[in-house]
Amino acid sequence: MHNIFPLVIRGRKVVGGIAEGEALVTRDRISGWGGIDPRTGTVIETRHELRGQSFAGKVLVFPGAKGSSGWSAMFHMTRLMNSAPAAFLFNEMTTKMALGAVVTHAPSMTDFERDPLECIATGDWVRVDADRGVIEITKKNKPGDRP
Amino acid sequence: MHLSDEEKAMYDGRDGPAVQKAMDLLMRYGEALGAERLVETRNVCATITSTTPFQRDFALAKGGGMDAVFSEFSLDSQETVEIPKFKVFTSHLQLGFDPGQPERMGVSEEIVQFYNKSERHAAGLGAQIMNTCTPYQVGNIPTRGEHCAWMESSAVVYCNSVLGARTNTEGRESTGAAMLTGRIPYWGYHLDENRRATHVVELDVEVESVQDWGLLGYYIGEHVQERVPVVHSKRGIGRVPNLPRLKHFGAAASSSGGVEMYHIAGITPEALTLEQALGGRAPVEVLRYGEAERRATYEKINATGKDAEVQYVMLGCPHYTIEQIWEAAQLIEGRKVHPDCELWIFTPRAIKSLADRNGYTKIIEDAGGILMTDSCSAMSRAVPKGTRTVALDSAKQAHYLPAILGVQAWFGSTAECVDAACTGRWNGGMQ
Repeated sequence: MHNIFPLVIRGRKVVGGIAEGEALVTRDRISGWGGIDPRTGTVIETRHELRGQSFAGKVLVFPGAKGSSGWSAMFHMTRLMNSAPAAFLFNEMTTKMALGAVVTHAPSMTDFERDPLECIATGDWVRVDADRGVIEITKKNKPGDRP
Repeated sequence: MHLSDEEKAMYDGRDGPAVQKAMDLLMRYGEALGAERLVETRNVCATITSTTPFQRDFALAKGGGMDAVFSEFSLDSQETVEIPKFKVFTSHLQLGFDPGQPERMGVSEEIVQFYNKSERHAAGLGAQIMNTCTPYQVGNIPTRGEHCAWMESSAVVYCNSVLGARTNTEGRESTGAAMLTGRIPYWGYHLDENRRATHVVELDVEVESVQDWGLLGYYIGEHVQERVPVVHSKRGIGRVPNLPRLKHFGAAASSSGGVEMYHIAGITPEALTLEQALGGRAPVEVLRYGEAERRATYEKINATGKDAEVQYVMLGCPHYTIEQIWEAAQLIEGRKVHPDCELWIFTPRAIKSLADRNGYTKIIEDAGGILMTDSCSAMSRAVPKGTRTVALDSAKQAHYLPAILGVQAWFGSTAECVDAACTGRWNGGMQ
């Protein structure tokens, strides 16, 4: 049997809405101020796993936020510059993360029944329905996938 | 989230559209956190003014109005609303440049004019234009237990740990909403159970100088990340650390890790004893800080330092206290900054006026150094032209400047830094 049904994980809505896109996954926490370039949505922090990669339009899967209190302001800028992630999926709730997600207006979820860092790989297609608290993951290496 | 009658009235628009937008943001933010309610605050520290070309262009596109900038950047409201006077005491934090030294920092006249307009707007609404990362140096000293809404990691950790007041690391938009409503989500460090220590750091060495406290802070941040450490010594802490030491310690711990609250057993207000700091719980981990850990931390902070020639010496992160300026003035009096080097010392405006009056500014300027205000090199990304190597007495700046500007950094004592400024060479080393 081919796995024609996507993998479904449930979690808690942080910011409502529905979005889908390719996943960009990192086990490194992300800094806002000094960590990203809001013009392009690129991670700039030295020694970061995603250094040089852009999260613009991607479903960003990561442990959570770190660094300066400018986190929300920097991600707020990505929305105004059209380089924001399509959605945020993260594990650790902090004030930086919550406020940043709220002002980015991207559907966001946390408190998952299974760790998204274990279930999602970069390039997988992910549909986030934060209102229902459900994410659907289509692995990129299975038949019948969307690009 | 549960709202009081007063909060419901603000949410329903009784106090006008800006307050309504502020309540809407607090509701969205509180629900995102999973908070059950809001808490009253009358003490906000925030970035309000604008210093970037992007914000200038945004203001122009919206007809030049500063209310549009506040609506979007401080309230997350795409609709421009008229901003009323702030409801609670609000202190402005540091900026992206020193408005008194724009040329030195490479800032155009046009941006200075835009900044001046935005400062007048913020002051007109009731912001205290303190322009410092250390509001507790210049008149904003919250009381133990007071609920605050502060930005700036080094100020947050000082507020929670040294003063025993209560704040989370807020952002531009949540502090914007707090100014207009006097409310912030009741979550995180506002609650007793989150303020107890999770990690014990047992001292095996004396920690005395400002540099010692910086090294200890940097070590702790790396090891506990964003958890709550308690520093303990079986022999007792020794000499009580003063304002510059704790300011420097917290800033280091919040840059190498994300520490927002710490305890020092016998010293800080919620840790009269180790047991009180732990609140009856067993620590997650006990760390031992001895000579080997101190040396390893020193090497780590100095990892980018390679060349002996130093083109720039920066002092003051967080902003220097008057005690530190007095010390620097004594160290440099009668000496001259080397022609191939510059010395910039950053302090709050209010402290600079004290330094002017005390004659310290003149001593520093006569030696070829300069006292600057409102900003720092990490915020402004401004360093003297041709800077390849910097000497610093701040572990926090030694952490950020190589990452932000790609320069080499030497971290040492104030005396070593002043010496580097006068010789153009780094001669420091582990003491």
